[in-house]
Amino acid sequence: MWVWLARRLGQVVPTLLILSFLIFGLQQLMPGDPALILAGEERGDPQVLAQIRAELRLDRPLHEQYLHWLGDVLRGDFGFSWRIRMPVAELILQKLPVTAQLATMAFLIGALIGVPAGILSAVRRDRPADWLANAVALFGISTPNFWLGIMLILLVSVELGWLPPSGYVPPTEDFRQSVATTIMPAFVLGTNVAGVLMRHTRAAMLTALAQDYVRTARAKGLPERVVVWKHALRNALIPVVTLGTIEFGRLLAGAVLTEQIFTIPGFGKLVVDAVFNRDYPVVQGVVLTTALIFVLLSLVADLLYMAINPRLRHA
Amino acid sequence: MSAPPALEVRGLAAEFLTDRGPLRAVDGVSFAVAPGRTLAIVGESGCGKSVTALAIMGLLPPHVRVSGSIRLAGREIATLPPEERRRLRGAEMAMVFQEPMTSLNPAFTAGEQVAEALRLHQGLSRREAFARAVEMLAHVRIPDAARRARQYPHQLSGGMRQRVMIAMALACRPRLLLADEPTTALDVTVQAQILALIDELKRETGTAVVLITHDLGVVADHADEVVVMYAGRIAERAPAAALFALPQHPYTVGLLGAAPRLGRAAGGRLASIEGAVPDMARPPPGCRFAPRCPFRIARCAEEAPPLAEVAPGHASACWRAPLESVLEAAA
Ligand SMILES: Nc1ncnc2c1ncn2[C@@H]1O[C@H](COP(=O)(O)OP(=O)(O)O)[C@@H](O)[C@H]1O
Ligand code: SF4
Ligand SMILES: [Mg+2]
Repeated sequence: MWVWLARRLGQVVPTLLILSFLIFGLQQLMPGDPALILAGEERGDPQVLAQIRAELRLDRPLHEQYLHWLGDVLRGDFGFSWRIRMPVAELILQKLPVTAQLATMAFLIGALIGVPAGILSAVRRDRPADWLANAVALFGISTPNFWLGIMLILLVSVELGWLPPSGYVPPTEDFRQSVATTIMPAFVLGTNVAGVLMRHTRAAMLTALAQDYVRTARAKGLPERVVVWKHALRNALIPVVTLGTIEFGRLLAGAVLTEQIFTIPGFGKLVVDAVFNRDYPVVQGVVLTTALIFVLLSLVADLLYMAINPRLRHA
Repeated sequence: MSAPPALEVRGLAAEFLTDRGPLRAVDGVSFAVAPGRTLAIVGESGCGKSVTALAIMGLLPPHVRVSGSIRLAGREIATLPPEERRRLRGAEMAMVFQEPMTSLNPAFTAGEQVAEALRLHQGLSRREAFARAVEMLAHVRIPDAARRARQYPHQLSGGMRQRVMIAMALACRPRLLLADEPTTALDVTVQAQILALIDELKRETGTAVVLITHDLGVVADHADEVVVMYAGRIAERAPAAALFALPQHPYTVGLLGAAPRLGRAAGGRLASIEGAVPDMARPPPGCRFAPRCPFRIARCAEEAPPLAEVAPGHASACWRAPLESVLEAAA
């Protein structure tokens, strides 16, 4: 097991290196000359342009630019935003908690709806509860988030006036207000997660319920509730946990449209603005952070998978 | 009057609803087992052995229509509400399945799985139940039981898993143990050990055993009484010695490989009989064995033979039983 863990950790480093390389490489394909953008009014002055290029090392060969950038990143220096005039690391630290809050709430909503619904629909397979759960899941998966978001704003905020339509308040400032401003976008994102988790939980539960050990559990005289929620679910959760972690990663990567609609100043908004402004250091920093989160989460997923799967724990 | 049998089944039937209409997998099965005795059910694959056992346990899916009488120590249980029926499982009657590799839950330790039944039926605390589970595991001869109890099924061999299953089944000292081909998946030496273990525990606790097998060698060594099933019905029912000495149904004769025109016995296993088991969704009218029977007469295809005594305690469902003269003529 420890060998496995060491090997698994060993994989993280090359993965991240390859990722950083890809991110840097793809970055070069973006159209537009950043020096021109940064020069603004003075874009006609070749001296200013040359100076900016030298400052940003844009006059250097690509591999040198890459190594410099990578070296900085490893030291925790993600560079300086060309546009907002702030260190990228600081920007990320500012926006990440907002998205993390949104993602956590969305994930909780999704898991609390999706997993029990999946269990229920597996137990009541081919009966009305199953049909209903499937219809709801389909709705959750297939409804575009921006549409659901707009509808919710129209209904809950404009019509009923129950919740603010947009804006964001950090929980440290006012917890209630913070929940009030994030619950709608979290719900929009959560319906998606709920749909995905419901379907996977249902499939995993149907598989588990058909296993011989479930028959053994019944032969012992266990009540059906214990058979389902202990014997079957314990095994069904193994694949669902892995999937759930990935879903959480997707949420953390920023929900661009949803953040835009509810004007939540999170990761999604940051990256969109940076792309439009050709703010390369910010784009690189955000994408790299997202990639890092994904790599770490997939490590967490593997660890969880091992923790709840005795067959691997002792392998 | 002696005490009632541990298990008495009368007219047991189980009907599956399939795409091709209703399918009577078990049709009018009757037998009884006394405490401390072993009744073997034999027959080719698909003849309804497992369905019989599952029907007795009440473990068939709800859409299967089960009818007939099932008495456990004299008490009718077929008509009990599901909740009361459930409470009997694991306590008064228990079952060991054919597949030791998949019958234990991979997510829980062997000890936990044995302890679960004790907590449920005897109200023991988690700790007491686990201690008792370790004792049970030692009792079924699992070496180093305290350590094994903390291991997961994948860490145990097939034979050991089946011992865990037996420990689990017998933990609450049930009146009845249904063992559905408990050794089919195991290698020969382990098979013998497991069957000897079941015998020993049976003698010790007075549990009645229904042993399902397709191995006539096993029947000869372990059963007091035998039920031979064919296509969902009982072909022959007899004390083990009588069945081997003088089979009274052509199907049994074929299984034993005794008649020259039927198959030959191979190493105690069922001899193969020419032809195939009938389609259970459309069984032949009359005797179900008729299409394969070398002794059939005109009546066989028209009228189903009832199970009738040909000697005390020895019943056969064949128009031509007793078979002595028939077999002599064929020889
Ligand atoms: N789930 C099921 N659905 C439909 N038919 C079934 C099902 N299980 C068993 N049967 C029918 O019951 C018959 C007896 O099966 P079974 O009792 O498992 O045989 P065996 O004697 O090999 O244990 C089979 O031939 C099959 O036709
Ligand atoms: S009733 Fe007829 S067909 Fe059936 S076993 Fe007897 S002789 Fe054979
Ligand atoms: Mg079977």
